[in-house]
Amino acid sequence: MSILVIAEHDNASLVGATLNTVTAAQQIGDDIDLLIAGNGCDAAAQAAAQVAGVNRVLIADHTNLEGLLAENVANLVVSLAGNYSHVLTAATTFGKNFMPRAAALLDMSQISEISEVISTDTFVRPVYAGNAMAKVQSSDSIKFITIRTTKFEAAAETGGSATVEAVDAVTDSGLSRFIGLSSSESERVELTSASIVISGGRGMQNGENFHMLDSVADKLGAAVGASRAAVDAGFVPNDYQVGQTGKVIAPDLYIAVGISGAIQHLAGMKDSKTIVAINKDSEAPIFQVADYGLVADLFEAVPELEKAL
Amino acid sequence: MPAFISVSKSQRYLLYLSEIMSMKVLVGVKRVLDPQVKARVKADKSGIDLTNAKMTMNPFCENAVEEAIRLREAGSVEEVVAISIGAAKSEETLRNALALGADRAILVLTEEVLEPLAIAKVLKAIVEKENPDLVLVGKQAIDDECNQTGQMLSALLGWPQATFASKLELINGRAQVTREVDSGLETINVNMPAVISADLRLNEPRYASLPNVMKAKRKPLDKIDLIDLGLDTANRMTTLEVMEPPARAAGVMVASVAELVEKLRNEAQVI
Ligand SMILES: Cc1cc2nc3c(=O)[nH]c(=O)nc-3n(C[C@H](O)[C@H](O)[C@H](O)COP(=O)(O)OP(=O)(O)OC[C@H]3O[C@@H](n4cnc5c(N)ncnc54)[C@H](O)[C@@H]3O)c2cc1C
Ligand SMILES: Nc1ncnc2c1ncn2[C@@H]1O[C@H](COP(=O)(O)O)[C@@H](O)[C@H]1O
Repeated sequence: MSILVIAEHDNASLVGATLNTVTAAQQIGDDIDLLIAGNGCDAAAQAAAQVAGVNRVLIADHTNLEGLLAENVANLVVSLAGNYSHVLTAATTFGKNFMPRAAALLDMSQISEISEVISTDTFVRPVYAGNAMAKVQSSDSIKFITIRTTKFEAAAETGGSATVEAVDAVTDSGLSRFIGLSSSESERVELTSASIVISGGRGMQNGENFHMLDSVADKLGAAVGASRAAVDAGFVPNDYQVGQTGKVIAPDLYIAVGISGAIQHLAGMKDSKTIVAINKDSEAPIFQVADYGLVADLFEAVPELEKAL
Repeated sequence: MPAFISVSKSQRYLLYLSEIMSMKVLVGVKRVLDPQVKARVKADKSGIDLTNAKMTMNPFCENAVEEAIRLREAGSVEEVVAISIGAAKSEETLRNALALGADRAILVLTEEVLEPLAIAKVLKAIVEKENPDLVLVGKQAIDDECNQTGQMLSALLGWPQATFASKLELINGRAQVTREVDSGLETINVNMPAVISADLRLNEPRYASLPNVMKAKRKPLDKIDLIDLGLDTANRMTTLEVMEPPARAAGVMVASVAELVEKLRNEAQVI
């Protein structure tokens, strides 16, 4: 088994999801190469070489890869995939974007968002918003797989000593142009890597009230998340969203405030170790998954919580 | 300004208008279990029990249909064609798309549940017949949660893709798309024709009015047998079993914030 992991990085370092993907790769086999594609990504490649369990780091550093447009990344992956039995990447918006494209170009299927490796060709993946787990066996000669990162531990960031080899970048497809990225500014820890997350829902009533959650988050070193209803209503930006359509997270502690607990929200947080729900409706479905439930008005409970910490 | 310039300018403008006005959009819609219904695993673990279950149009496809109709209402698109691949009952989903405003529909009939790669091959075959300028799909089907079809279709067609769209503008024969990504909002600009996959915030889908539901019954709906397309749509994956997810242990209710904090500190030891 030789496995190619497509890394996600910000040019300077690896995104955490890549470390989870390396662990999934290790459960399949031990001959693991990591591809760093980007424009000015040498530092990320050097960081990747330190990751435990990685054999070789392949770096494709080219202006064509600015913005990591799906067409160009997929063509690059296609140019390398023939040497591998498995191609893996994290089921992040980066991975979900180029991976099916690369697979289809080689007439391969993709096994989306696996939560468990059973064998080199058999995997478990959640379906129906996590209400069922499907065990599937693939007959493709190259297995294109995306990883549900919360289901795999992070590989050690250091301890490895991979070689770094340059690979040819592909020519620009000319199909698509990268215009820009606008990220919401936050000094807080990133949602997917935080060990504590406090999320607000429609019950927060407006964006201003999210500052109450910020104060609690500051004390706990937590990240702030939200339900889709809170994002749709414009209380907070889209990258706060937890759930089937947003981010899937599994922190040690998840505090849901004014969130009813719809299936689609649970899909993004029910693997958290400890779940707290604060809701004024004792019948809210969120209480069914909560380890600790508090029936209370959030406008009283949250300030009280902040003081008690 | 000399007259000939203004004439040629307006001619060019007219040409440009007729070009954009004649645009055709193909929208992929999938019939799925209603998102409000909790999926139940069959006792024999062979799959999800859909007997008598409430089925509906995949929510992301509703966004795709809505966007296509808005483009037509804005005058940039002339025809909206909805397509579904599935069993005979998918006609309901297509009638729904027609009631929302699609002009006509195509149903590719198959009793088999196809993987996204196969769906993409079928869509490609239809694209080659219909020659749309734009294909809109949902970003993911909420049943199989693959999130692959749009990307695969654009790969097979050699077209650009713009996935997870929350905003779409057609400018000068190109599509400018805002995409919801993990770190915020990304903007790309793609050539046309293109495949675009809709996220939930692309728009707010309308409801079909009763008169439109009635009208939809008479709109054209072509049926094609999958076999007649002569494609290799064999699945690459076998589902060995479908299991219940592990259940969470029951929790407790606390009476006060003080009790909550005490439990988080001493019992759960997470703060
Ligand atoms: C295809 C699809 C995908 C989706 N994806 C996602 C997703 O990724 N993430 C997601 O979150 N949702 C998603 N949804 C939406 C989901 O179905 C719910 O609509 C959404 O999660 C509801 O958000 P909410 O709990 O904040 O709002 P509501 O359901 O309106 O709940 C608000 C809660 O706040 C409580 N409350 C109100 N005021 C107070 C107060 N003063 N004090 C205490 N409690 C109070 C209420 O009792 C209520 O329980 C998706 C839906 C679909 C169809
Ligand atoms: N059977 C189908 N018929 C028509 N369109 C489909 C079908 N399956 C998937 N699609 C389209 O592809 C999108 C993504 O589906 P998936 O890749 O399965 O998550 C859906 O939202 C539809 O727009």
